[in-house]
Amino acid sequence: MTDAAPPPEAPIPLWEVFLRSRNGLAHKHVGSVHAVDATLALQAARDVYTRRGEGLSIWVVPSAAIVASDPADKDTLFEPTGSKIYRHPTFYEVPEDVGHM
Amino acid sequence: MASTSITVEETAERGLLLARADDALVLGHRLSEWTGRAPLLEEELALANVALDLIGQARALYQATGLDEDALAYRRDASGFRNALIMELPNGDFAVTMARLFLVSTATDLYWRAAVADELLGPIAARAEKETAYHVRHAAEWLVRLGDGTAESHRRAQDALDLLWPYTGELFEPAPLGPDPAALRPAWEAAVAPVIARATLRRPADGWMQSGGRSGRHTEHLGHMLAEMQVLPRTYPDARW
Amino acid sequence: MYSQALNTPTKLADTSPEATRFQDRIDAEERIEPNDWMPEAYRRTLVRQISQHAHSEIVGMLPEGNWITRAPSLKRKAALLAKVQDEGGHGLYLYAAAETLGVAREELVDQLLSGRAKYSSIFNYPTLTWADIGAIGWLVDGAAIMNQIPLCRCSYGPYARAMIRICKEESFHQRQGYEIMLTLSRGTAEQKAMAQDALDRWWWPCLMMFGPPDGQSNHSDTSMRWKIKRFTNDALRQKFVDATVPQGHYLGLTFPDPDLRWDEAAGHWRFGDIDWEEFRRVLAGDGPCNRERLAARRQAHADGAWVRDAARAHAAKQHAKAA
Repeated sequence: MTDAAPPPEAPIPLWEVFLRSRNGLAHKHVGSVHAVDATLALQAARDVYTRRGEGLSIWVVPSAAIVASDPADKDTLFEPTGSKIYRHPTFYEVPEDVGHM
Repeated sequence: MASTSITVEETAERGLLLARADDALVLGHRLSEWTGRAPLLEEELALANVALDLIGQARALYQATGLDEDALAYRRDASGFRNALIMELPNGDFAVTMARLFLVSTATDLYWRAAVADELLGPIAARAEKETAYHVRHAAEWLVRLGDGTAESHRRAQDALDLLWPYTGELFEPAPLGPDPAALRPAWEAAVAPVIARATLRRPADGWMQSGGRSGRHTEHLGHMLAEMQVLPRTYPDARW
Repeated sequence: MYSQALNTPTKLADTSPEATRFQDRIDAEERIEPNDWMPEAYRRTLVRQISQHAHSEIVGMLPEGNWITRAPSLKRKAALLAKVQDEGGHGLYLYAAAETLGVAREELVDQLLSGRAKYSSIFNYPTLTWADIGAIGWLVDGAAIMNQIPLCRCSYGPYARAMIRICKEESFHQRQGYEIMLTLSRGTAEQKAMAQDALDRWWWPCLMMFGPPDGQSNHSDTSMRWKIKRFTNDALRQKFVDATVPQGHYLGLTFPDPDLRWDEAAGHWRFGDIDWEEFRRVLAGDGPCNRERLAARRQAHADGAWVRDAARAHAAKQHAKAA
């Protein structure tokens, strides 16, 4: 059964798809498509990810162009912010009589 | 046993609606035959989207006749179908499928644009035009890639154009009602030429043009297509599905 | 279910600090993301399960695709085409989820076409009448939903997100199948017979979809521990039977199981013995349609090679022009 199978082909590039579902909202990552170029990637994203009225605007980005932070750096990158509670409004006391602020 | 066929009393209005509806149904059916066979998974979804648009257009147009949409689709003989012959040709390879979709959709898009102001077709044309404009774009991008791809794809794309060209004349035959298809020809030529050029393909010469679909004289292929498509309603004429 | 053939036991001997932290995160219901540290066996299990799930969606397009050109009304034709299209989309989402684990789609497709990868046994059964389209929607999609809803909470983020999207889209699939069955069973004598025949042929293979009984499924423990799987095969199967039997009775159809009876005390429908010999045979390649299904996928892939080549060549030319 294995003799009929062709060898794997050269990969077709992967693109990440971002949709804006309503005006006023940011684009949100929804998935990926394979396409040889940007035009076909945009069409594929439209055909795959907007079949139920999910989007008003599409971005496609080559997956290879995304630079991600290393999960191993999580503590270094994100832990220090935990102690800066003075960045949050609840840190400050304002008497109730002053009303909403 | 009595025949399971119906005959439609064709007014000019019905003739117009049926021609457009049958174009959409027959081409939509052909595209649905690609299911499970597309060259790329992404294209599997794209082809189904186009097919679903066309089947939806056909339904709206059939319903506008005031007759039952399923009776029209499933109980007419081939001679009762009014579609242009190019719609019913077998899919062939991906080049034939995309070249046909490009040539046909470019003409149909112009037709729907002209029909937006038409009393009978207007409401349907407005939505259909948007759908068709996307079909043109999608098919054009593929035709360019196939024409200007590899030597093999170029040959296949040129063969497809050569095969289909004699069927394009029928798309512009004058009609007694609705927008005049003949008047759309120059705009079609102007829209088609740059894409063919980008695809590095040669526009075939205008020789003898095939004709007959609008009056019910079809190719041999439509009978086979309908035999398959209509098998259940024809076999069980009393059943509802 | 979609990974019925995952029968390689995995060792959990890894007691490294990373492995312990990993298991702690899973136990705390944290999601694992693509770049996070994960045990090699977790990665392997996921790649296999997700890709088998993807293959099942893609091969699953074929039995239903068999009736698109013969759907008996325009409404049914559109619904079936949209449903089969969804399955293609689900395969696409799942391949993408598997790709986040470092395997290219081309490699996964190659595993399917070469016969090295498995897909759900159910798609090796033929669709002989229009009623089979109803039965597949009602039963096969019904069984799939039982399995897929818990997968929305799978520990691997990209898989869980794909499943959420899939479950949302699938909500119409089972309903359209049941509606077809309802129409047929309220229809002519021939249509009723068609519906009954479809239930007779699909019922047992659907029960097999959930995979071997818990005692014989040696990957279950690890998968449960990793929260790739949250219910056992038998638990899901029972849930499916309990939900489905009353639906079948509403249709006025008879289940092809003389041992089927309501167990009042337990609150479950008890069913007869499943023919596991048939299950193993179909999974191993000797079902009614295994060869056709694989041949159809290979044909499509081979026929499309020149198109993909053309697209790549065109992109390369454009790239060269721009440079």
